[in-house]
Amino acid sequence: MRGLNKINSRAIPLLRINVDTDAIIPSREMKKVSKRGLSEGLFAGWRYLSNESRVLNPDFILNDPYYREAQILLSGDNFGCGSSREHAVWALHEYGIRVIIAPSFGAIFYKNCIRNGILPIVLNEEIITKFDNGNININLEEQKINESIKFEIAVADKEMLLQGLDDIDLNLKYINQIKSFEKIDRKQRAWAYL
Amino acid sequence: MSARTLFEKLWNDHTVCQLADGVDLLYIDRIFLHERTGSISLISLEDAGRSVLNPEKVFCTMDHIVDTFPGRTDKTTMQGGRDFIEMTRKATNNENIRLFDIGDREQGIVHVTSPEQGIILPGLTLVCPDSHTCTQGAFGTLAWGIGSTEAEQALATNVLRMEKPKSMRVSFDGELPAGVTAKDMILHLISKYSASGGVGYAVEFSGSAVKSLSMESRMTLCNMAVEFGAFTGMIAVDEKTIDYVKGRPFAPKGELWEQAVQYWEDLKSDNEATYDKEIIIDVTNLSPTVSWGTSPGQSIALGEKIPSPNDFEDKNQRIAAENALSYMAIKPGQCLRDLKIDAAFIGSCTNSRLPDLRRVAKLLKNMKVASGVRAICVPGSTEVKLAAEEEGIDKIFMDAGFEWRESGCSMCFFAGGESFGFEERVVSSTNRNFEGRQGPKTRTHIASPETVAASAIAGRICSASEIEG
Repeated sequence: MRGLNKINSRAIPLLRINVDTDAIIPSREMKKVSKRGLSEGLFAGWRYLSNESRVLNPDFILNDPYYREAQILLSGDNFGCGSSREHAVWALHEYGIRVIIAPSFGAIFYKNCIRNGILPIVLNEEIITKFDNGNININLEEQKINESIKFEIAVADKEMLLQGLDDIDLNLKYINQIKSFEKIDRKQRAWAYL
Repeated sequence: MSARTLFEKLWNDHTVCQLADGVDLLYIDRIFLHERTGSISLISLEDAGRSVLNPEKVFCTMDHIVDTFPGRTDKTTMQGGRDFIEMTRKATNNENIRLFDIGDREQGIVHVTSPEQGIILPGLTLVCPDSHTCTQGAFGTLAWGIGSTEAEQALATNVLRMEKPKSMRVSFDGELPAGVTAKDMILHLISKYSASGGVGYAVEFSGSAVKSLSMESRMTLCNMAVEFGAFTGMIAVDEKTIDYVKGRPFAPKGELWEQAVQYWEDLKSDNEATYDKEIIIDVTNLSPTVSWGTSPGQSIALGEKIPSPNDFEDKNQRIAAENALSYMAIKPGQCLRDLKIDAAFIGSCTNSRLPDLRRVAKLLKNMKVASGVRAICVPGSTEVKLAAEEEGIDKIFMDAGFEWRESGCSMCFFAGGESFGFEERVVSSTNRNFEGRQGPKTRTHIASPETVAASAIAGRICSASEIEG
């Protein structure tokens, strides 16, 4: 995964609450055992007038030509709630989204973002609704939006995104600790091991 | 030692080490996979030249994509479904992972099969790339849903990098009225405190009403912790938990069993333990609860009127209500009872276990599904199906006009194959009423299995008490 730091882009205002991962990518769009080829299915239920014809719904904000190249998505509370499907994040990434700003996120979705090069920013709703339709400037290193609005992110998540790290490699640095935990635990909780 | 919550006990006993920056390495005892998101984890792991560290702690089942028609094979109504099934079979075989395949007695929905087989045990950590893994927290367990990439991490390293969530206790106090179930309790909680009310929290369900629930109903309660936005849900161990686990195929035996029970007896919050947040709900006046909108938070008691957007102070809730009313084709002030239904579905990891089916069978006996209503029952596992058939429950369902299926997730979600029809109204014992969840423009009302069965008979949404007379 490539590292992510600065993004300067228009931001798509999808300002509704509880946007679930079924809406981000309906089950029917997950046709293959693959992390790719999913962007066509992104928001399929809202983006197309009918599932068969795939005629774009002109009222859906993602279809507004003004936002075609946008890399930032603004949304409401509890974005990415529901199903654990990582396909939601893969589809967003393939479409070109790199930053999602919302007042809160579904827990599994949030983690899936961090592991796939999308920066989820938790931000007060009042600030989100005040963004105009111009470019938004994100600096992850400095944790700032438009050089003035500070946002919070866990240090470990930030490092993972900045450097595009893989958590298996990170964990394997602690393989000795894991092994010695297991050795003791196997005695203390012998019943837990198969 | 200071007083600790159940959650803290579970977390601490699995902490391998604390890294800088608030990250803990948490030891994972069991990993469950399924053909939808499990195959991709295994294949991706293989592609990276990595392998599964301890295959004996990993299990896999076919539940998400496999058809549930009688006489099913690897062929699916979902286009390309066969690839998921075959690739899962191949990948689990390559990695020596135990697979509960089509035709096996152990096959079923992850969160039905795992407890049934004694794979989940009190005091364990269990993860699965499925958001409803929180179901298994009912056993005094830390069980939660993860993404496919996190599943790779757990498979390859036996640990997950975690930041500790905050703790919440939800106490359901009082005696549950007859005909009101765990499903109504959880829908009530989510409707009162919203679908994001639990975001950032590990939730412990407690109180006298929880204590009196069966293990199966406790699973129903914990199942929808994720619909509350929580990291997971859990319930303290008591004698019911231990009785349920005893003698299950993968449960410890002999001396190990004795050791386990001793450990499990401490799996409850200490009296003086404190939580970051507490919610208390009196269940004495709860009644059957059904969703009216497109989020589980949009639920009301059956006797209440469908709200108007203006009833919501919060602007976002107001907009969400407008969208939901339009999608569901209903009007403020209407009664759910006045809504005619096209279909009724009993199944899913929420409500498809033997006691669920027994309660429904009682209602369905000598009754008929209303004409024009398509009614389907999908047992949660092959074990459940066979046990139900032994009791003659299948006959009662079929005589009433229900389809009786093979086990799986089935039409809890529309994967591109079988679905309910365009704009059809479905009463469903599942967990999600999202737009399009059960089919294109399908209008889903989630409810208890009793409410689903009663509605199927009446042809409109209604509670069991109305049917019983």
